[in-house]
Amino acid sequence: MVRVTLDHVSKFFGKVKAVVDLYLEIRDGEFVALLGPSGCGKTTTLLMIAGIYKPTKGRILFDDEDVTDLPPKDRNIGMVFQSYALYPHMTVYENIAFPLRLKKAPKNEIDRKVKEVAKLLQIDHLLDRKPSQLSGGQQQRVALGRALVKEPDVLLLDEPLSNLDAKLRILMRAELKRLQKELKITTVYVTHDQVEAMSMADRIAVMNAGRLQQYAEPHDLYNKPANLFVAGFIGAPPMNFIEGSIREVNGNYFFDAGVFTLKLSNELGELIASKSTDVILGFRPEHAKISITERPNAIKGAIYVTEPLGRDMVVNVKVGNIIIKVLTEPNPTLTPGKTVWLVISEDKMHFFDKSTEKAIV
Amino acid sequence: MTHPSYKRSRRSISTRRLIALLRSLAKYLIVVIVAVIPIIPILLMYGWLLVQSFSSRVVLGLVPSGLTIENWKFLWSPVKMGLKTYPNIWPITLNTLFIALGEAALVVLVSTMAGYALSRMNFRGRVGLMQFIIALHAFPSVILLIALFIILNKLGLYGKGYLTLMGVMLIKAGLDIPMASWIIKGFFDSIPWDIEWAALVDGCTRWRAWRSVIVPLILPGIGAISIFSFLSGWSEFLLVFTYVKDETYYTLPVLIYHLIGEFRFINWGMLAAIGLFYAIPTLIFFSTSQKLLLRIYVGGIKR
Repeated sequence: MVRVTLDHVSKFFGKVKAVVDLYLEIRDGEFVALLGPSGCGKTTTLLMIAGIYKPTKGRILFDDEDVTDLPPKDRNIGMVFQSYALYPHMTVYENIAFPLRLKKAPKNEIDRKVKEVAKLLQIDHLLDRKPSQLSGGQQQRVALGRALVKEPDVLLLDEPLSNLDAKLRILMRAELKRLQKELKITTVYVTHDQVEAMSMADRIAVMNAGRLQQYAEPHDLYNKPANLFVAGFIGAPPMNFIEGSIREVNGNYFFDAGVFTLKLSNELGELIASKSTDVILGFRPEHAKISITERPNAIKGAIYVTEPLGRDMVVNVKVGNIIIKVLTEPNPTLTPGKTVWLVISEDKMHFFDKSTEKAIV
Repeated sequence: MTHPSYKRSRRSISTRRLIALLRSLAKYLIVVIVAVIPIIPILLMYGWLLVQSFSSRVVLGLVPSGLTIENWKFLWSPVKMGLKTYPNIWPITLNTLFIALGEAALVVLVSTMAGYALSRMNFRGRVGLMQFIIALHAFPSVILLIALFIILNKLGLYGKGYLTLMGVMLIKAGLDIPMASWIIKGFFDSIPWDIEWAALVDGCTRWRAWRSVIVPLILPGIGAISIFSFLSGWSEFLLVFTYVKDETYYTLPVLIYHLIGEFRFINWGMLAAIGLFYAIPTLIFFSTSQKLLLRIYVGGIKR
C-alpha cells in the first residue's frame, strides 16, 4: 500500500513523444484511472510505473523512494495485461504460483496462498486446467489472481475488461471495484472507455497526445471540465459545442453564434468577456430542455431526426447549419420537422476560450 | 407451353455438374503427376537398397536373389576387400555421431541466444547483420576449403585425430548457425511482448524469464533446428574427406566413398547394406518428427 508519484515524467521513442511532462500523485489505496483515446500515452505511463519502460525524463516514486532505476521484479507490483499474458505451458495453479516460486516461498505457503486467491476469485475449480482451456472471463480472473497472490503494493491494470463481452464487462466492473475497496491496494487502471473510468475510479487522469488534460474526481470532470478535450470526451452523448463571440450592448451581454443569440447574466458575461471574446459554448445534451412552445432566451430550431433509446431519446435539432443533440424522456410528439425551442440554464453552460481551448467558466 | 430457354437451362445443369466433376478429376490428376509420380523412383531406389543388401547376387529390380545376411557382416567383423582391411564400422559411426551431435548442441546453444538477441534487442547494425546472414546462407563450403585449411592449421586442429574432427564440427556449426538463428528468431518474434513483461513483473530477471517462460514456448523451433543441424553434421562429406587422412578418424560418408573409389571390383551388396545403415538415423528422424518440422512453417504459439 504505497503512494505513487510521477514527477514530471516524459517518455520519448526517438522523435515520438509518447508522454510529455506528466505530474501525477496517487494516494495510498486510491483507485486511479488513466483515461484517454488510443495512442494518448496511458499504456506507456503504466509500463513506466511497472518499470518495463524507463522514463526519458523525470522520476517515479513509491512513497518517497525513487524507484526510477529499479527493475520490475524489485518493485512489488502486480499487473494484469490486456491480453492477460498467461503462461500457456503452465496450468492455472502454476501460473498463479509463479510469482511466489520466484520469491522462493516455502511450498505449503505457496499452496495456501494460491488456493486462497483462487477461492476469492472463484476459480478454485479450474486450478488444473491450462489457459487455452478457459473462457475469456476465467482467463482474466487467473491473470488477476497471479497479480494479487504476492500481495503487491501497487496493482496495475491495462484495459483488463476490453476483451470481455458487454454483459460480463459490466459484472466485472462492479467486482473489480469491490475487490479493490476490500484489499485497499493502490490501483492504476488504464482504459479508453469513459463509462468504465467514471464508474470505477476515485480519481481520473484524462490524457491526450501524451499530456495530462485534467486529474480530478469523476463528478468534477463531468461538471467542471478544464478544457474542450475533457468536456467532449466525458459523457455520452458528448457535449454540444457551438462557436461564437461575446458581445456587449448597453451593459447587456450576449453570446452570438450567428444562427442564434443568447442573453447572458451580467456577472457571467463580464466574467467571460474579461478573459476572452471568441469563445465556444458547451452544454450537455441532458442539460438542454426541449419546448414546443416559444420560450424567452431560447435557441430556436427544427427537429432533424430522433433516436429512441428506450429509456431516453436523443433528439437532433437543426439550428441554421448546426445540429444540436438533446437527451430527453421519450416523447412521441417530437417528430422530424417540428419547430422547437431549447432552454439551457446558465449554471449548465460551459464556456471555452476558442484559441487555448481552456475552460473559462 | 414450355419456354425453350427453360428447357435449355435444365440440360445445362447436368452438363455443368459434369464439367465440375471433370475439373476436380483434372486437379487430382495434376497432383498425382506432379507430386506422386516423381516420388515413385525414389521409393524404388530405397526399395532396391533394401533388397540388394539382402541378396548375394547383383539384382536389377526388386526381387532378391539368394537371400543372405553376408552383406551385413560389417556390423560384427572387419571388412576385407582385396588386400585392404577397413576399420570396424562402429568407431566410424561414433566419429560421425561426434560431429553430428556436437554440431547440434553447438548450433542450438548459440542460435537460441543469437535468435533472441536479433528478435528482442535493439542494437546498431541489427538490420545489416540480418541481411548479412541471409547472404551468408548462399555460401557452399567448397569455396572455403583452402581458407579453412589455413585456419585449422593455425589453430593446431589439422592432422590431430579427434581434434581435426572437432575442427570439422566447429566449421559445420559456424556455417549452420546463421540460418538456425534466423529460424529461431522467427519463433521468438511470434511470442508476444507482454508474456515477457508479465514474467518480469512477476519477479524474473531477464535471464530467468528467458529460461522459464520463453524457451519452453519455442521448443518446437529448438527441436527443428536440432534435427536439421544433426542431419547436417551426419551427412557432411567434403570437409572430412579433405582434412582427415587417417582412416581411424573417418566418418561414414568418407568410408562409403572409399569402398567405391579404390577397386575395380565393387561389392554392391555390402555397399547397399552400409548405405542403408547410414540412412537409418535420417529415416528415423524424419518419420518421427513430421509434425514438429511442419511447425516451422506454421509458426510458434497460439494466443
